[in-house]
Amino acid sequence: MSDAFKVSIGLETHVQLDTRSKIWCGCANVFGSEPNTDVCPVCLGYPGTMPVLNREAVRLTVMAGLMLGCEINRYSKFDRKSYFYPDMPKNYQISQYDLPLCLGGGVEIMVDGQPKNIRLNRIHLEEDVAKNNHFEGFSGVDFNRAGTPLMEIVSEPDLSSAEEAFAYLQALKQMLVYGGISECNLEQGNMRCDINCSVRPAAQEQLGTKTEIKNMNTFKGVLRSLTYEIKRQIDVVSSGGRVVQETRRWDDEAGVTRSMRSKEDAHDYRYFPEPDLMPVVLSEQEIEGWRASLPEMPTTRRQRFVDEYGLPDYDAGVLVADKAVADFFEAVARDAGNPKAASNWMMTEMLRVLSADDLEIADIKVTPAALAVLIRLVDEKAINNTGAKEVFAELVANGGDPKAIVEAKGLAQVSDTGALNTWVEEAIAAHPNVVDDYRGGKRAALQFLMGQVMRASQGKANPPMVLQALRDKLDS
Amino acid sequence: MAKFADHNETFSLAGLQQGTFSSVEWVTDLLQRIERSDKTINAYISTDGEWALEQAKAADQRRASGEAGPLCGAPIGVKDVLNVQGQPCHCASRILEGYTSPYDATAVSRLRDQGAVLLGRLNMDEFAMGSTNENSAFGAVRNPWNPDFVPGGSSGGSAAAVAAGSAWAALGTDTGGSIRQPASFCGRVGLKPSYGRVSRFGLTAFASSLDQIGPITQTVSDAATLLTALAGHDAKDSTSLKQAVPDYSSALKGDLRGMRLGLPKQYFIEGMDQEVEAAVRQATEQCRELGAELVEVSLPHTEYAIATYYIIATAEASANLARFDGVRYGAREAGSDPLDQYGKTRAAFFGPEVKRRIILGTYVLSSGYHDAYYLRAQQVRTLIRRDFEDAFKQCDALLTPVAPTTAYRIGERTADPIQMYLGDIFTVTANLAGICGLSVPCGFSSADLPIGLQILGPAFGEETILRVGHAYEQSTDWHVRRPPLWAGTAS
Amino acid sequence: MSDPHQPEIDVKYVAHLARMHLSDDEAEVFQEQLEHILEHVRQLSDLDVSGVEPTAHAVPVHNVFREDAVDASLPHEQAMDNAPQSRQGLFVVPRILE
Ligand SMILES: [Mg+2]
Ligand SMILES: [Zn+2]
Repeated sequence: MSDAFKVSIGLETHVQLDTRSKIWCGCANVFGSEPNTDVCPVCLGYPGTMPVLNREAVRLTVMAGLMLGCEINRYSKFDRKSYFYPDMPKNYQISQYDLPLCLGGGVEIMVDGQPKNIRLNRIHLEEDVAKNNHFEGFSGVDFNRAGTPLMEIVSEPDLSSAEEAFAYLQALKQMLVYGGISECNLEQGNMRCDINCSVRPAAQEQLGTKTEIKNMNTFKGVLRSLTYEIKRQIDVVSSGGRVVQETRRWDDEAGVTRSMRSKEDAHDYRYFPEPDLMPVVLSEQEIEGWRASLPEMPTTRRQRFVDEYGLPDYDAGVLVADKAVADFFEAVARDAGNPKAASNWMMTEMLRVLSADDLEIADIKVTPAALAVLIRLVDEKAINNTGAKEVFAELVANGGDPKAIVEAKGLAQVSDTGALNTWVEEAIAAHPNVVDDYRGGKRAALQFLMGQVMRASQGKANPPMVLQALRDKLDS
Repeated sequence: MAKFADHNETFSLAGLQQGTFSSVEWVTDLLQRIERSDKTINAYISTDGEWALEQAKAADQRRASGEAGPLCGAPIGVKDVLNVQGQPCHCASRILEGYTSPYDATAVSRLRDQGAVLLGRLNMDEFAMGSTNENSAFGAVRNPWNPDFVPGGSSGGSAAAVAAGSAWAALGTDTGGSIRQPASFCGRVGLKPSYGRVSRFGLTAFASSLDQIGPITQTVSDAATLLTALAGHDAKDSTSLKQAVPDYSSALKGDLRGMRLGLPKQYFIEGMDQEVEAAVRQATEQCRELGAELVEVSLPHTEYAIATYYIIATAEASANLARFDGVRYGAREAGSDPLDQYGKTRAAFFGPEVKRRIILGTYVLSSGYHDAYYLRAQQVRTLIRRDFEDAFKQCDALLTPVAPTTAYRIGERTADPIQMYLGDIFTVTANLAGICGLSVPCGFSSADLPIGLQILGPAFGEETILRVGHAYEQSTDWHVRRPPLWAGTAS
Repeated sequence: MSDPHQPEIDVKYVAHLARMHLSDDEAEVFQEQLEHILEHVRQLSDLDVSGVEPTAHAVPVHNVFREDAVDASLPHEQAMDNAPQSRQGLFVVPRILE
């Protein structure tokens, strides 16, 4: 990006809340049902129906606000936002206009190794709309999603690059998942955002004319569309043109943003207080109770991993990045009584498997209990590292009980001195030259003989014992 | 049926309770009466005789088994704006053509639980917008006292049916007087409960912060019986209050000793119909004779009530009626894209008064006008509420006319909407303030058209206004007079 | 309420906001009627309402919630029964152009 321009990006991020039921009715809040099966007269906007507010949706929004350092409005209300569209069952959306649940707050991201605070304007609670499906000659509406509780997190235009926007979304996702607010499953549309972006000459104070890119549902898409849009705007301004305030659509295949209708209808949302819903008044006591129940946030947890388990800061950072991975690690560390080993397994074997197969840790067949047993087997010298890796591979492939696998595969470590001595003597006898090298002062020769013994034992020999036995024989 | 020769017994539940007649007999007789009287008054949009008789049969069985409440077997008409499972709910509009309701309004299910028999769907002004019942896609309703006159609105079908003897009682809805004014025009009793007293769930909303469901009946005592069944908190309506429901019938004491009744000076205005004023003044004197003390009170913001009401009601209506777009239910007109389709559907199937109000409501909320109209109206609403709070510090209830005139001649006020709106001046204030109001017959004009007395009480003061209404009613015989049409339909 | 003599409402535009086509004849009638209504309504500007809280609800109640529990939804067939047009379990509308 050119240094001659400054970029200002603000995001409006919609997050579906992880409730059991919808926001106004008892229909299930689930993904993937057959079309129009999680619907009722309320969420279809039938005449005479009325919304009743799901208490959990309020709690989750306030919890998110507390996590993000927002001020919680003691008095909050709902409003009707009018616009006609087939995905809107009532042709107005129940949202919050002037008194949202949360105000202010911020999200910390790292930019060039330095923390940067992205200010939030507000978080409000509203209802999600239905899903339009497009076919040859018609569109069809599925109202299953209509009435899903949706939290809208509005940032200030503090983001100054596509990469920062990407980092912001990742940080947000991490915290929301930590808080149990939302699963933030992007494939299921749990998290979608609208992007406001403008550029201006570096010397200019005032923000440039912004464009809006609507309904982005992948973080990569946000990164790519912004990279494109920033360049496009800079090109327009550099060549003496003016950026037009408009809504643009990201064409993922072509990798470009495109103007949506050239003359878009001016919106007039005609907000007014929702007469069917009463205001929400939160007491100090209630808010403080929720604050006390906030789960540990990633930064705190990272520090605790360093303090409590003696992990290097880097490792702690890697482990806490994904809450499920961090939870897995803690369970293993606790069960195995060996946090260091638990961390090593997670950092190397586990993360390698996850990234190689693009898996979530929840999808994997290894349980924390099984990995803990495996670590104990190594610690008890019932199995050596080579064997342990083989057991782990089997756990990944088929799951199961490590002890049974050790038995079935005959991986139990041999510590019987009789058998060890035989392999040691055979190795010495077979490689007299190497023995001479060792005795001549070439210490590396010992490693070679060690390898021979391990091979002869098919990896089952206890390595420290082999080493001891070799030294005893050669140094005598 | 000889049993119902003069048809008067059928207006008391006593006949059912004493076994003089069965619900099936009663309903059979009423279905014939509906058929005859509706040729003139057009009170019903539809009836389902077979279904009504089925319900009556079940009610008779329930009564025979000894577990029947007061409403078991009572034939009741329901305004077409309330959802009844398996029935159409047109709201007297073409835009809901083809719609069958999958659920019961709470008010309806409460009546059903008591064993009441639902006779059919009563005509009304389209989406409850109107004061004459001329705005119906199913034709105007006519006043049983004189078919050249309107029955009032918007619950015109409900009032006309009860007046003509083609329902024992009826459910109506009242957003700005739509129960009280037609009850008054038809010489019957109409009760608008306090906001939050009766669940609105299942009532197709006109103006959500003003709407209430209530009964139109022959007597105040019947209104008390029905309110006892209808009232109470409903988890499906966040605006229904968790207040205990008294037995309203036991509030009917017969005299008014120790009560202070207020006469708001702004409700006895110049230009009012002289006969109406005289009848209402006469009624207030009657209340004094029954032991009440009369005091003059002031409701200084009354003159702003119509403007306030028509801004708030239409603003809410513009959003409430946005859902009628022909996608999920109802009628549709083809269009080139969804928004074009909406434009054509709503143009084709809404009537003129509904369109007018949607435009007004959209306008007062629109950018640049919201604060000057909508927000200001909400502020004036506060002033109107305070007027009543102050007034109720000085008295237990207020006595006023229901409307400045008796019923209009059909077609008389259709050309000028504002003249029509101004006729609601004495009723809209109760909806803006959320208080309760009762309309009881208090006389007739020289043209033999009924006149109504309005009794206003504070929020959740239904016991008070029912007591006043009952004492007054029992000391007069206005409520037992029958319209000419009644005699004409008797078998 | 700027200039009380200037017709401030554009009925056709407002009807468009409300997604309701109007014929020219209808628009003409409504224009006149609504101007007349607004003339009356404008009397509210006579009142001093500074510092007066707006009333949105007739009853001062707050915190009305439902618990987060799943209830039965409408059977799919019943949900589609009222649809003027449906296909593949979806409510059909003219093709939406993005
Ligand atoms: Mg939003
Ligand atoms: Zn639902």
